[in-house]
Amino acid sequence: MSAQDSRLDSVLARGYQHGFVTDIESDTVPPGLDEETIRFISAKKKEPQFLLDWRLRALERWFTMKEPHWGKLQYKPIDYQGISYYSAPKAKADGPKSLSEVDPKLLATYEKLGVPLHERARLAGVAVDAVFDSVSVATTFKDRLAAAGVVFCPFSEAVQTHPELVEQYLGTVVPYGDNFFAALNSAAFTDGSFVYIPPGVRCPMELSTYFRINAAKTGQFERTLIIADKGSHVSYLEGCTAPMRDENQLHAAVVELVALDDAEIKYSTVQNWYPGDENGKGGIYNFVTKRGECRGRNSKISWTQVETGSAITWKYPSCVLRGENSVGEFYSVAVTNNFQQADTGTKMIHLGANTRSTIISKGISAGHAHNTYRGLVSVMPSATGARNFTQCDSLLIGGHCGAHTVPYIETKNPQAIVEHEASTSRIGEDQLFYCLQRGLSEEDAVNMIVSGFCRTVLKELPMEFAVEAQNLLAVSLEGAVG
Amino acid sequence: MTSLLSIQNLHARIGDREVLRGIDLEVPAGEVHAIMGPNGSGKSSLSNVLGGKPGYEVTSGSVSYRGRDLLALAPEERAREGLFLGFQYPVEIPGVNNTYLLRAALNASRRHRSQSEVDAYDFLELVRGKAKLMKMDESFLSRGVNEGFSGGEKKRNEILQMLVLEPQLAVLDETDSGLDIDALKVVADGINSLRSPERAIVLVTHYQRLLDHVAPDRVHVLARGRIVKSGGPELARELEQRGYDWLLEAEAA
Repeated sequence: MSAQDSRLDSVLARGYQHGFVTDIESDTVPPGLDEETIRFISAKKKEPQFLLDWRLRALERWFTMKEPHWGKLQYKPIDYQGISYYSAPKAKADGPKSLSEVDPKLLATYEKLGVPLHERARLAGVAVDAVFDSVSVATTFKDRLAAAGVVFCPFSEAVQTHPELVEQYLGTVVPYGDNFFAALNSAAFTDGSFVYIPPGVRCPMELSTYFRINAAKTGQFERTLIIADKGSHVSYLEGCTAPMRDENQLHAAVVELVALDDAEIKYSTVQNWYPGDENGKGGIYNFVTKRGECRGRNSKISWTQVETGSAITWKYPSCVLRGENSVGEFYSVAVTNNFQQADTGTKMIHLGANTRSTIISKGISAGHAHNTYRGLVSVMPSATGARNFTQCDSLLIGGHCGAHTVPYIETKNPQAIVEHEASTSRIGEDQLFYCLQRGLSEEDAVNMIVSGFCRTVLKELPMEFAVEAQNLLAVSLEGAVG
Repeated sequence: MTSLLSIQNLHARIGDREVLRGIDLEVPAGEVHAIMGPNGSGKSSLSNVLGGKPGYEVTSGSVSYRGRDLLALAPEERAREGLFLGFQYPVEIPGVNNTYLLRAALNASRRHRSQSEVDAYDFLELVRGKAKLMKMDESFLSRGVNEGFSGGEKKRNEILQMLVLEPQLAVLDETDSGLDIDALKVVADGINSLRSPERAIVLVTHYQRLLDHVAPDRVHVLARGRIVKSGGPELARELEQRGYDWLLEAEAA
């Protein structure tokens, strides 16, 4: 009997457990994923038929797929039928009642990151409704965007207000059958963000998930769709440098970006989910599919990410360079400490003529962690004049960690120019001693050496984000030396 | 009069190799001492042990600095107590701004002495002045620490750091090596500008030529991990003429 059959069997065997026939008003479904669950989620969200059909096709495909294991990652098997796929407008009552109930370690981290006091409670998930005066902030924010014609709202809201845009673009960059985790997300996604920038509009402010307070809890299967129409420009910030309290161990998000003619999307991420404790216990498993398509000519998509969180990271923000003269960029810092594992990188698919891409990847490993860069640069026959430059640097701190670089290069056009540079270095005793001899503490010395190493990536981040990211690197590497 | 630095019967090794075999040295405040000797005599080892570089094991003897047990202090504490080590081969730290490191270093020492920190603006003012003294282009200040510097530029940068940190005891390890004659003059001027009755400077060098510009009060010859001869400035000139062999032979006899 194949694994797939046994999975189907186990689903069938549990057929009676749901029992939500009369319970459509309930907030949580019992664990397990099948057609009923999907119908339930879709009905709960009052989704149009096309979306339900799409989810069901994704589910059907997912049942035929196997979890990928080509990444250099080791983890215990995930029980997909043991997860509850819908627990909406989450009962805040489940959270801690006050800051005194929150893990002191988490609070200590907020302290070090300089998170304002009134923010800490919200991030820690404290069950207080209006911890800070966010409404006015959000309102001004919404007014300014509306004036520019920018749509920025929770995904579920966009399904109601702009179904035609959702139907036109959803799954056009990451099809539901793209990979195991994308299929799972397509079937079961609960919410996420939706952005549409009209032609010729330069978005008047950085769009940040941080401000999207009305959808603070998007859950573990987040779906983001960003469309930059002709000649528009948007900078999107995902995440927050403060660690979010989160009980879901498995996260499988999908992000799709579409840039039309002359449009530009800059997508910055600071990801800082719970990485597990110093012994490798707990921590989030993060399996993300992020892809942008430069669909129009002269369009540009730029990914910048600083990853310090999660126990397991499987993530390859990619660019499909379809439009002539389009540009794809990937700037990444991935930090792993203790027993964290990261297998991350990018794909640059050159389809259009004179397309250009740049990849700068900085991997930092400390403790017993393993950090893998996995990247693909693919130049198709149509991509005459394509160029790529790749630079992958790894920094090791201590003697028990590892760095691995797995670059794939495929060129089917003889005129393409593809350059690859790679380096691995260890924080030298000599560098460290030099700083100590000048009076710096060991911690400050390591932080300084690490931020120097990451400089070319950090300068791509929006200013205030860059400062936070630097603090975050410091916190993530605490105790890495000595 | 008590010495600023007092070394007694210092023995140290790296792994199984004994590199210091009973050093005795007294350096009073206000003096410049030169430590000379052939390659492999233990000159750099002595500097490194004083700075607290990992890898060296002190097996016996003692070092007192400003009346305290120097060997009991961590490297960064020694630095904050005013001990500066000028490196023979200064390392590159890519991406770390030269000025940034130096300001962090100065403020670490100032915090240690319960002084207020110097802000970025005032610091820039200060460091620009010192850079001018070292005839260094201002562009060096915003470059990565020693990143892509030539050998001579690295050495000037060491002295620049010393001038900013104003240490009480500077141990300069072969600061003159790799310098052309103009640079040597600039570096020597930098060192001389720091001479004062409260400070002491230890010049570790292979050649006489730096001592033509920075006049030492005392000269010590190191051989096989021990000081085999001490004298006044005339000893350096004698070494220049006669080389080290006669001393080594006398020692072996």
